[in-house]
Amino acid sequence: MTTTTPALVAYDDAVRRYDPVIGIEVHVELGTRTKMFCPAEQSFGAEPNTQTTPVSLGLPGALPVVNGTAVEYAIRIGLALNCQIAESCRFARKNYFYPDVPKNFQTSQYDEPIAFEGWLDVELEDGTVHRVEIERAHMEEDAGKNTHVGGSAGRIHGAEYSLVDYNRAGVPLVEIVTKPITGAGDRAPEVARAYVQALRDIFRVLDVSEARMERGNVRADVNLSLRATPESPLGTRTETKNVNSFRSVERAVRYEISRQAALLDAGETVIQETRHFHEEDGSTSPGRVKSDAEDYRYFPEPDLVPVAPSREWVEEIRATLPELPQARRRRLHDEWGFADAEMRDVVNAGALDLIEATVAAGATPAAARKWWMGELARRAKQDEVELADLAITPAQIGELQRLVDSGRINDKIARQVLDGVLAGEGDPEAVVVARGLEVVSDDGPLLEAIDAALAAQPDIVEKVRGGNQGPVGAIIGSVMKATRGQADAKRVRELVLERIG
Amino acid sequence: MSTISRDEVARVAALARIDLRDDEVDRLAGELDVIVDSIARVREVATPDVPATSHPLPLTNVFREDVPQPALPVADVLAAAPDAQDGRFAVPQILGEE
Repeated sequence: MTTTTPALVAYDDAVRRYDPVIGIEVHVELGTRTKMFCPAEQSFGAEPNTQTTPVSLGLPGALPVVNGTAVEYAIRIGLALNCQIAESCRFARKNYFYPDVPKNFQTSQYDEPIAFEGWLDVELEDGTVHRVEIERAHMEEDAGKNTHVGGSAGRIHGAEYSLVDYNRAGVPLVEIVTKPITGAGDRAPEVARAYVQALRDIFRVLDVSEARMERGNVRADVNLSLRATPESPLGTRTETKNVNSFRSVERAVRYEISRQAALLDAGETVIQETRHFHEEDGSTSPGRVKSDAEDYRYFPEPDLVPVAPSREWVEEIRATLPELPQARRRRLHDEWGFADAEMRDVVNAGALDLIEATVAAGATPAAARKWWMGELARRAKQDEVELADLAITPAQIGELQRLVDSGRINDKIARQVLDGVLAGEGDPEAVVVARGLEVVSDDGPLLEAIDAALAAQPDIVEKVRGGNQGPVGAIIGSVMKATRGQADAKRVRELVLERIG
Repeated sequence: MSTISRDEVARVAALARIDLRDDEVDRLAGELDVIVDSIARVREVATPDVPATSHPLPLTNVFREDVPQPALPVADVLAAAPDAQDGRFAVPQILGEE
């Protein structure tokens, strides 16, 4: 066995023999209009270097001023994560030399984060709750974007070089750092994923960030170490950087568990280092050897005075916090009266918002669930799209259900109405009218169809007259067939019995 | 008495990606010593009851409204760039970068 390409231990085997400990750092880009320390606008997708000022370029003499809204957002995040908010805290310079950091330091917070000592309960898909302790949440700024250009392309012939866009330099970030997450055992990858997902949901509800993973609004660094038993001291950790999707977070943890177990099995040591995650195969590879904190030579930022949020301000922000995702799920669970498993399926299918909106549009929770988790889930799966991306709105489902409840269409016809709505033929009402799908409620045409069915099956009529109502279904069936399913089956039965009786 | 060693100078220079010659390392070690000694003299005056001061001004919460102001024109932004391409700064690749 070589040290460069260690074998992997099968995951199940690894977690049977080692206890994984996770630590997660999540960076979220705040959705303020301007940057953290200067009034350059920040928006996704702008032309390179069109959103900079002397401050975000680190030009000599430029002085930063804190964006008050960014501080408010950071406090909101801290409060939502059950943190304490610092009475006073300072910014610090984190010194390192890299082209995407034009000042040669990142303005961050070091020993005085704005929020600290919090927790977040995360719920796994089967409903298991795992509490994640939050060590701190601090304010900092994003770096610019480096694009590496290979040797053959571009103007600098034969040279490997990078192109830098400073639009992102100075975008406000909040970094949230967990304490070591222990006790997750073989579910460590799931806990890691659920935690990042829970944070994303919170950012959105707090309206502090669009929190779009695919745009890098939320980025996770995943620390992992193994130890022999839960009682053993913590092992040496690796930090896998920039894991940018929920699935990748889960895979990165899994991979590192298998990889580190193989090293430990071989009697080798885990090297403390940063690692890169590879989407293609879910593996990680070594990055640079991690600088220890001393190398960053942190010191208080002299150009920015301390931030001292008054207790009144903090309480004001606390009072305006929206209902958080977990509380909302619990409330809706109670209001809707779904079974635990039903509720979990709804959440996991991403149908919570849809059902809530459908209920708001007048449907009962049971009816709303029936549509979204039944027929619509089937169609979404068939078309390989998310439920929310189907070409139908909760309001339209509410209207559809009203048509069923009023007896104007039946459940079977409702499916045809869905076809029409999904095909872009308009709202349910319009589809019913345009396709002529209304239930035949006028007894005239029904009686005609019934008489025809009775005449065609005299033997059944005899049996029913003789007191055996069993075969009456056959008559109803032919009437439904004759009316192309548009008759109200209950009414047909009444009329058939009346006719025979 | 020298408190800053040549090794420390070399290490910080490496972090700052500055290529120093041996004679420069010697000179800087001496100059940095002078600075460290000066700070040591301040430390003698600062008794434990004097709080560490990072900011001389008694100010807190100096905030700016979250309102955009015009950005620098791209031409001005790139005027100081040693080299530019497609509206971006062209810089040497950092060793060890992927």
